[in-house]
Amino acid sequence: MTAAGPIQFRIDRRSGVATYWQIVQQTRQALRLGLLQPGDKLPTAREVVEATAINPNTVLKAYRELEREGLVEARRGLGTFVRASLGTSPAADSPYLAGLEDWVARAHEGGLDREDMAALFDSVLNKHFPQETP
Amino acid sequence: MTDSAAALEATGLSMSYSRRKEAVLVDCSFRLPQGRICALAGPNGAGKSTLLRLAAGLLRPSSGTLTVLGQTPAEARSRIAYVAQSKPLPPHLSVTDTLRHGAELNRPSGRWDQQAAERIAYGDGGLKPAEKIRSLSGGQRTRIALALAFGKRAELMLLDEPMADLDPLARRQLTGALMSAATEHGTTIVMSSHVIAELEGSCDFLLLVAGGRLRLGGDIEEVMAAHTLLTGTSGTSVLDTGGHTVIDQRPAGRGCTALVRPHGEPAGDWLAERPTQEEVVLAHLRNTEAPPLLTETATPRSLQRAQRARSQENAA
Repeated sequence: MTAAGPIQFRIDRRSGVATYWQIVQQTRQALRLGLLQPGDKLPTAREVVEATAINPNTVLKAYRELEREGLVEARRGLGTFVRASLGTSPAADSPYLAGLEDWVARAHEGGLDREDMAALFDSVLNKHFPQETP
Repeated sequence: MTDSAAALEATGLSMSYSRRKEAVLVDCSFRLPQGRICALAGPNGAGKSTLLRLAAGLLRPSSGTLTVLGQTPAEARSRIAYVAQSKPLPPHLSVTDTLRHGAELNRPSGRWDQQAAERIAYGDGGLKPAEKIRSLSGGQRTRIALALAFGKRAELMLLDEPMADLDPLARRQLTGALMSAATEHGTTIVMSSHVIAELEGSCDFLLLVAGGRLRLGGDIEEVMAAHTLLTGTSGTSVLDTGGHTVIDQRPAGRGCTALVRPHGEPAGDWLAERPTQEEVVLAHLRNTEAPPLLTETATPRSLQRAQRARSQENAA
């Protein structure tokens, strides 16, 4: 554990996204951004609930999910620690980015606006990766 | 204390304040397992406060039974903390005196935790030790009442509208402290409120009362999973909802939406969505004719046994 402070979860109760899922997503995001690295300790359930006023079981559920994904591990009596890092966002020269740029350009020519494209992209994502039920 | 004892278990619980008046609670049966954080929701006058007073042993039921941590409410008194809406505290005492008083009253149980009480009373934006109770605002009185509850290290906290007088910062802070106590000691917490959004996120168990009757009871996720919000897109204003239990139905544009408890897949042209907690609760408050829902975890043991016996009889 470094001298840095623990990561803070920001819970948006009006977002419609299940609270435990917000914790999972924010932890993944912190891994992607390198805010959390292997060996770092996640805040304890008690620390999280004290800061966010959410239910302790919600935190435990999120941590179990992260554990199931192999991203963290619980060490008895010590806490929950990061096991793996997540790849950072694809770099600017990634073939996926180029492909997406190309697609956006063609869709724009075809008359789609930003919202149409976002909706289309979301629907394809949802088709291939069904959202966890909130 | 046995592990299987529920924090609260009510069977056929009814309460009338006088014979001439209408009953405040009618035939309520439910079970709240220990370690849960329970939202006791319902409109004003639904019977929430009466239920909490019964659990605190301040009232006796007209009929039915209520056990608290496996004991009678009177026996369980030293193990529970009850924070009333009115917070009756001696007005002439200072904050320090009040805490000292709490320490003395709880000496026989040997459980008083002065540090925990002081953390709540004097923590961020907290009270001044010498301040007199009579000069405290409503929110500050809530703080001292909660400080006493924490100091008592109660296994079960019964909190009647605890957040009503608190500013957003104090609300966040005290809810955080409650959740933290629940994490550390496995404290069971029952919080009543008529503002449903207030309880969302913190609670994992729901008891919804309206008109003196229990409408919904159970693990919040289970209760929510039992409901679906259907939007009919086929241009019908009244939906053929098949075998589903319709809780609430209303027109939406050319179609209509219905909150149902589905039995099997919804038939026809439906957009099925998961409703929010608020939608489920409000639908049950609008339609008081809807059959109540009690999940298995929220069903008293005695009723479970009766149900099993009945189903066995039916099978035989």
